[in-house]
Order: sequence, then structure tokens, then C-alpha cells
Amino acid sequence: MDGGDISGGVAQRPSPLRPRSHLVLAAALLAGFAILGTGAFVALDLHDNPRGAAGTLLGSAIGGPFKLVDQNGRTVTNTDLEGNWLLVYFGYTHCPDACPTALNNIALALDDLGAEKKEVRPVFITIDPERDTSPALKDYVAAFGAPILALTGNNAAIAQAAAEYRVYYQKHPEAGGDYSMDHTSIIYVMDPKGRFTASFTGEDPPEEIAARLRKLLG
Amino acid sequence: MRAIRIMVLAVGLALMVGSASAQTGPLAVNDAWARATPGKSTTGAAYVTIESPAADRLVAASTPVAQKAELHTMSMSGMVMKMRPIADVDLPAGQKVILAPGGMHIMLIGLKKPLTAGQSFPLTLTFAKAGTRTVEVAVEKIGAEGPAPAAAH
Repeated sequence: MDGGDISGGVAQRPSPLRPRSHLVLAAALLAGFAILGTGAFVALDLHDNPRGAAGTLLGSAIGGPFKLVDQNGRTVTNTDLEGNWLLVYFGYTHCPDACPTALNNIALALDDLGAEKKEVRPVFITIDPERDTSPALKDYVAAFGAPILALTGNNAAIAQAAAEYRVYYQKHPEAGGDYSMDHTSIIYVMDPKGRFTASFTGEDPPEEIAARLRKLLG
Repeated sequence: MRAIRIMVLAVGLALMVGSASAQTGPLAVNDAWARATPGKSTTGAAYVTIESPAADRLVAASTPVAQKAELHTMSMSGMVMKMRPIADVDLPAGQKVILAPGGMHIMLIGLKKPLTAGQSFPLTLTFAKAGTRTVEVAVEKIGAEGPAPAAAH
């Protein structure tokens, strides 16, 4: 695994991704292209050819401009976040299992990183803006003991951000007026220029996330 | 006389059947735990390990700390997380069934206050055959992956 040179440019360099990451990415692309109706064959092609063109397509296929509101009510755009490495995760606060696992793993990975964690900004974007207002997000992310930037917005703004990250989400109504949200559960690593670089699952152990980030940052 | 003899036989048989099932031990619920809930989140999840000597089903749950407790399963398909209510949890005879993060959980909906690490709360489980069991659920850290070692068996 060679993760040291990725910050030099995703588009031009061989992909440093692990085979497992490729599976994750193929799955992400499958989900994303299913939304866009573009066809899943591209993802399968990437899985077979993990280097070269894969890096180009992946680097530009995930991420993009957004304009959202943070947990303190301030407007945040993608350009405001450039200059930091980002760990972007989409989820929702009424999620009892996958989301706390992912955010906690991110928080523990940052602890593991030590001083280098200053360069890394975790970003939690809700796919349930109906319930996840700025105050709700503020209480939620504060509990994880990491400087997580939590973002919400109107339905259109969330839909745009999710589409750019190839994130699928769908409300699932339940008895009594409650609902849960189906959603893509992937931690995206974006470089300081806002380019997609790597990904983790929400269940990847914190020490693995930290080790990978250390190589990317180095 | 004959009727009495049959009754005695029947009672004897009933006692034998009763003692036979008693020998295999009662249904056991262990390692009841939950994750602390972040902020003012009103949803949480509780996990238990159940072992039943006879085939049974977990059919319902309730707790005074939440408006509702539902049986849920969480699954990942193509990196998409889906959570669904399930009618029951199948308990094959003599097998440990473990509810854990990433799989089945008892979803706590409408928590009256956040679950705080170090505290505990009662949870009543209803089984199709074994009746009800009330266990004390230990609240662990937010990202805990299992019960604290002291509570584990």
C-alpha cells in the first residue's frame, strides 16, 4: 500500500487504495450511479482496473460544491473547508447504530493521530434535515469529543450535497408516524484541495483509519 | 377406581414432563447493555444475549425510559445502511442469540432522557413461550462495541 503521494494529485497518480477500499468505492459508485441512472458498469470497470483511470474517475466523481449551515447556524461552503483534510460522513441523529459507530471511530482515530489531527476536520452531514436542525446537531456531535463540523440545510441543499458524494438516502416510514433513514454509510477522505482521496467504512477500526490518515498526511 | 387410576397416571405424567423441562434450565438473558446516547437524541439501542433451552421467540420489549421499544435489524447492502422493525427474534433451542451493533437491536424510541454511561435501566422482554424477563441494562460509552468486561460472561 502506497499512500504517501496522494496529496500530489489524485487525477495523475496511481491509486493508493487498498483492495478493500475499492470494494467500498465500487459499492459507493454503484449506489451513486443508481441514483443518477448512469449505469453500474463503470463501477465494475473500476473494480477490475484499480489504477490509473480509476484514480481519475474516482477523484472527480465524488465531492463537489455545497452550501449548508453548521451547528452554530453559520453558512458553510465547500470552499470554506479547503486547506483541511476532511472526513465526510452522511448520517442522521436518530440513527442508533451505524452513525454513532462511524462518528466514534472517527473521534478515536483523531485521538490516535495525536498532533496531526489538527489538519483533519470531521464533517457530519445530515440526510434528515427535517429533524436535524442546527441545535439538534450541536448537541449530538458535541457528545463525541471531537471537533466535528455538523451540517444541515434545506431539502434541496442536502439533496445536492448527497448527490455530489454519491450518497443514497431514503426515508422509511414506520408505524406511529416515526421513520428511519436508509443511507449510504461511508467515510470519505477529501484532500486539502477538496479532492476525493480515500474512503473507510463506518466500522473500520480507529487504528486502521489513523494509520491510513498518517500516510496520507505525511 | 379406573378413573382415579387414570388421573393418577395423568398427574404423574404431567409431573414428569414438568421436571424434564426444568432440568434443561430456564431461558436466560445476559449481557444487557446499551450505548450512551449523544446530545438530546431521543433514540437509542439496547443489546442482550439470550439463550433458551427450548425453541422460543422474543416478541416484544418495553422499558420505562422510552415511549417505545421495538425489535429492529440493521443491515448493510451495497454500503447502504437500512434499519427495519422485525416481528420477532427467533431463538433456536440451546443456541446463544446475540443482539449486537451492526445486527439486531432493541430500538428505544422516544427516550425520556439521554442514556448516560455508568447508569442502568430496566428492560422487560416478552417471549412467546417463556413469558417475560426483566433485566437491568448497563449503559456503556457512546461508541462501545459490547458490554463492559465485568458484565460479560
